[in-house]
Amino acid sequence: MGKTIAEKILSEHAKADLKAGDIAICDVDFCFGQDGTSSIIIDSFRKLGAAKVFDKSAFCMVIDHSAPSPNIGVSEIHKKMRTFAKEFGVGMYDIGCGVCHQLVPQKGHVTCGDLVLGADSHTCTYGAINVFSTGVGSTDLAITLASGKNWFKVPETISVTLNGKLPKGVYSKDIILEIIRDIGANGATYKSVEFRGDAISAISVDSRLTISNMAVEMGAKVGLMEADEKTLKWVKQNCGREPKPVKSDTNARYVSAKTYDVSKLSPKVAKPHAVDNVEDASKLSSINIDQAFLGTCTNGRLEDLEVASKILKGKSIKTGMKFVVAPASKEIFLEAVKKGFIDVFVKSGCMVVAPGCGPCVGTHNGVLADGEVAISTANRNFKGRMGNPNSFIYLASPATVAASALTGRITDPREFSKRL
Amino acid sequence: MAKPIKHFARRLKVQDNVNTDYVISGRYKFKIQDPKELAKHIFEDIDPDFAARIQSGDILIAGENFGCGSSREQAPQALKSSGFYAVIAKSYARIFYRNAFNIGLLLLECDTDFIDDGDEVEIDMEKGKVRNVGKGLVLNTKPIPGLMKKFLEDGGVVGHLKKYGGFKLE
Repeated sequence: MGKTIAEKILSEHAKADLKAGDIAICDVDFCFGQDGTSSIIIDSFRKLGAAKVFDKSAFCMVIDHSAPSPNIGVSEIHKKMRTFAKEFGVGMYDIGCGVCHQLVPQKGHVTCGDLVLGADSHTCTYGAINVFSTGVGSTDLAITLASGKNWFKVPETISVTLNGKLPKGVYSKDIILEIIRDIGANGATYKSVEFRGDAISAISVDSRLTISNMAVEMGAKVGLMEADEKTLKWVKQNCGREPKPVKSDTNARYVSAKTYDVSKLSPKVAKPHAVDNVEDASKLSSINIDQAFLGTCTNGRLEDLEVASKILKGKSIKTGMKFVVAPASKEIFLEAVKKGFIDVFVKSGCMVVAPGCGPCVGTHNGVLADGEVAISTANRNFKGRMGNPNSFIYLASPATVAASALTGRITDPREFSKRL
Repeated sequence: MAKPIKHFARRLKVQDNVNTDYVISGRYKFKIQDPKELAKHIFEDIDPDFAARIQSGDILIAGENFGCGSSREQAPQALKSSGFYAVIAKSYARIFYRNAFNIGLLLLECDTDFIDDGDEVEIDMEKGKVRNVGKGLVLNTKPIPGLMKKFLEDGGVVGHLKKYGGFKLE
């Protein structure tokens, strides 16, 4: 019997012949924490009594969830992280650097074939560049920080094939929202998902990262893709280590297989308060919006900013509307300045804030009032996610979010077809 | 081994897909580091009166995919600090599952449809059974993996690693 990508990468890192269901100890190539999880990582690491970290270059911390700090409690956590980084000589991306899931691949910490743990549930993002990466809690991360290892259960795999050409105005965010609608919030729990097909080949690495990022929203442990020319070019530009691409065998065993024709898709929106509660944007045009948010580990990359800026260029957002933009990293921010996207955002009435993910997790930079409605490019719309349990969050692509900001209601971006 | 222990059920109004944001909101977990303080705010966004009703030794009753979403370890920590002896749900999300056993919080899996709020519940770890005393029902639980059982015995994964110097796989 052949092997899936997950079985191969975990076998390689356990130096054993593993199949789905096996439990093994694996060597981890890279691990990290963010400011919501690092405080407990530090506490657990000290409880373990480790004298040093297993490899200084294989760990970093990122301050992104509340950056810069909005209150004293958070400031104390940030200080604790900085002190630990200095004491153990480990890497630290401080406020303003960006979102962990952008920085980890962009700064070259990971490459094809790696096994990566992050103390953040959206660590599954780098599956798009052929990395077995998954989220864990803080104590699990501390164990890996001390030993370079952890225990893994080898997941079963669901195969998802994406065929066809994406229509104008439809993006990878719409693809993954449709898949989550179909599979459900619980449909891939503890499983690996392998995404393949000509629709994946056709899209950019940035667009692929959006798809893998949301694999966890259907419960998946990881959302993997094979490496192609685009992937290899991307990782070689960023990471100095030699990529070791891993493909699944043609006779690999899948627990189920799904096929989607993306040429039939239309722009999608996830309605409150569940990510699998998905509807066509065109059917929600009666929903009025108070706030828009463009950014996050799902959709804060350069091409996302470009799509939104094309729609907004020369126009003003609806009077009374608030629009927060947070580039996913400092480098993306600078590039967006150079290309004129930031100029467009500011002139159209958007507030561009520091790279980070605060608005998505409701810590600062745009907490909603009671009864307010937001449309966001993030990955979660749970009740209270943006800081107020009495508000409502709709999730959509950057194009749908930008179009909605212009009209003040949920808007299919194809209403601005000349700008797509 | 210890005799079966008596506990009372605290059933959530929302049963399926209760995420870790609902267990403890980001509003609190970013600024409060004391689990006992966090425990005062559990389930606030979906059931504001819930935290005040918990007695030490209670068992939390939930449905499918409990603990989905964020990787925050503050979620099982806050549950444990609020006095819950265990969680019984139909199924769990994977990161929450690991986090709970890592900190020594018992999770059991079985059909929870027949456990109402306030029901007296007995847990027999050896036989893998949950008994609803008032209703006279005995429910079979899904076996707990050996490694997770060892984490519980050792007071969590940190205690386990200190005891064995590594993971004690079967």
